[in-house]
Amino acid sequence: MTRKQKKMLLRIVAALVLMAAILIADHFLQFGRLWETILYLIPYCIIGYDVLIKAVRGISRGRMLDEKFLMAIASLGAFGIGECIEGLAVMLFYQIGEWFESIAVGRSRKNIAELMDIRPDYANVEADGALKQVDPDTLPAGSIIVVQPGEKVPIDGIVTEGTSSLNTSALTGESLPRDVSVGDEVVSGSINESGLLKLKTTKAFGESTASKILELVENASSRKAPSERFIAKFAKYYTPIVVGIAVALALLPPVLNLILGHAANWSEWVYRALTCLVVSCPCAIVVSVPLGFFGGIGGASNAGILIKGSNFMETLSEVREVVFDKTGTITRGNFEVSAIHHSPVPEEELLELAALAESSSTHPISRSLQRAYGKPLDRSRVTNVEEISGHGVIATVDGKTVAAGNPRLMEKVGADFIECHSHGTIIHVAIDGTYAGHVVITDEIKPGAKEAIKRLYENGVRKTIMLTGDIPKVANAVAAEVGVSEVHAGLLPGDKVSEVEKILAAKDPKSTVAFVGDGINDAPVLARADIGIAMGALGSDAAIEAADVVLMDDDPLKISKAIRIARKCLRIVKTNIWFAIAVKILCLIVSASGILGTAAMWLAIFGDSGVLILCVLNAIRCLFVKNL
Amino acid sequence: MKKTYGMYVDCAACGEKMQETIKTVDGVNDAVVNYMTQKLTVDFADGADEKKVLKEALKICRKKVDDDIEIDF
Repeated sequence: MTRKQKKMLLRIVAALVLMAAILIADHFLQFGRLWETILYLIPYCIIGYDVLIKAVRGISRGRMLDEKFLMAIASLGAFGIGECIEGLAVMLFYQIGEWFESIAVGRSRKNIAELMDIRPDYANVEADGALKQVDPDTLPAGSIIVVQPGEKVPIDGIVTEGTSSLNTSALTGESLPRDVSVGDEVVSGSINESGLLKLKTTKAFGESTASKILELVENASSRKAPSERFIAKFAKYYTPIVVGIAVALALLPPVLNLILGHAANWSEWVYRALTCLVVSCPCAIVVSVPLGFFGGIGGASNAGILIKGSNFMETLSEVREVVFDKTGTITRGNFEVSAIHHSPVPEEELLELAALAESSSTHPISRSLQRAYGKPLDRSRVTNVEEISGHGVIATVDGKTVAAGNPRLMEKVGADFIECHSHGTIIHVAIDGTYAGHVVITDEIKPGAKEAIKRLYENGVRKTIMLTGDIPKVANAVAAEVGVSEVHAGLLPGDKVSEVEKILAAKDPKSTVAFVGDGINDAPVLARADIGIAMGALGSDAAIEAADVVLMDDDPLKISKAIRIARKCLRIVKTNIWFAIAVKILCLIVSASGILGTAAMWLAIFGDSGVLILCVLNAIRCLFVKNL
Repeated sequence: MKKTYGMYVDCAACGEKMQETIKTVDGVNDAVVNYMTQKLTVDFADGADEKKVLKEALKICRKKVDDDIEIDF
């Protein structure tokens, strides 16, 4: 609690105690109206003096619809017509509501700051053999910094000395530590758990991952959702309308009574008008909406899901179709040798020859051959390398002519090849023009992919579509395995945008389409879809820039989690909006009609502070997303 | 040009009013008040004197919205 909040708490307690004391004393001593008014004015002034001062200042500046002015009128008016306890209660509970709001908002602000506790405070620099703590903002890229066990990595960099394991849970939500050694990239915001590390920074502090993420999360709630805009508009008209109703209630019926020759009954109607004024403040609704979104965004970022705006929260909750870019989302994007078929020579030898023939290429396929072979390659054994685009490669290895590539290459060298029935990329190999079998290379499907698709369907997604540049056979096999309902294969990178545009044109206007990519080469598609989700984006600035939702690690299960967080948040926000509006309207009807008599004031007090407290408490639930 | 400032406003509805008020100040293209993070983002018109614009904005906000409003600039 801040000093201001503590002081207010003291005033609240004092006013409550005095109120109770006067109530009891009055019961036994029967003070009479004048003394009652004077006595109740004491706690009233204790609790409400600042509101009264502000109200006077408000009127002097022409703010007739100022919330404090209205509260002052409502409470003083009640005193004026002899309802002293109600007058005091209006002010007292108004202050309790405000106090609670400031506590709750401050708390959740702090909670989110703690969840996102990745802001590094200092960096260690070695100077004259001793470590010196400096402001990380002052270090240019390329500086050497030291990170001790237990410290946060302040700036992105590359390890130049030492090995350690890093905890990235504040960034990714992933609790397994990551081992790093010399040459590995390290992102800021992760915590060094075991060994001493020396890093050469690759970026300035402001450009580092931790700073970027914090900036994103903090700015996220500035992108307001449609429901926030609705509430802002509602609030703008709500207060003037309620005040209008109150003025009409106070003046019209009594004047009408006088005209018709009845008793005017001023105090009765003024009381009803004052009751309306008590619920004239729209604060409960106005605060609970951004608080809910803020909590949801904070909770999500703690789970490694960055949602870049409250507006995206709303779009995400309405997702009915999810489009995937295959590589990097459903599959790992690293190709592995999965089988070797029909080889007359030992498999090891075939792999060695193929790897050597392809050794000058940097294509992922050739790298996977080298990985599968596993031993260092002696490139001096390879001569006369000829890469034939769209076919493969022909090279002389140990004096033998090795051709490695697709069926067209086999036809070209006159080798009698055997078709493969496996799914994947097939590398046929011929030695000196004689067929020597083929290597099957497949892109591994991510372990969580099938479960992820299943969960999407469980969460109301009606259609999942996979886009890929792969050949239809491979694409269909992957789709069938993970359960994707529609496949568009053989696409060039540029085709993906037009495919997504077609899907967008055909969708139900009330639902939205999400595109999930790995952020590499698909920035235009991420931007074009209703909502772009980038996976495995830790350390990839391009993906963080282009996407609306960023999954820090590459776990496909996070997609449905993100949708569920958005749904929960929206549900809470909408409940708050309609609950608050309904209670306020009910209060207005009850007050205006006079059904409850003087008790209407208590209902109105609930309609103001009670609703505020309930809405704030409900909104705080958005923060809890762990078990979604 | 967009710039973000720390600020203080004590109720969410006032934040909305403050945002709408700042939007009407000369030299401001757009303004966003973020009540949750207590931050004000102003998109200034080209060639506007930021300090002068914010001073004016603060004066108008205090007059029209609430006396407790602060903007750190």
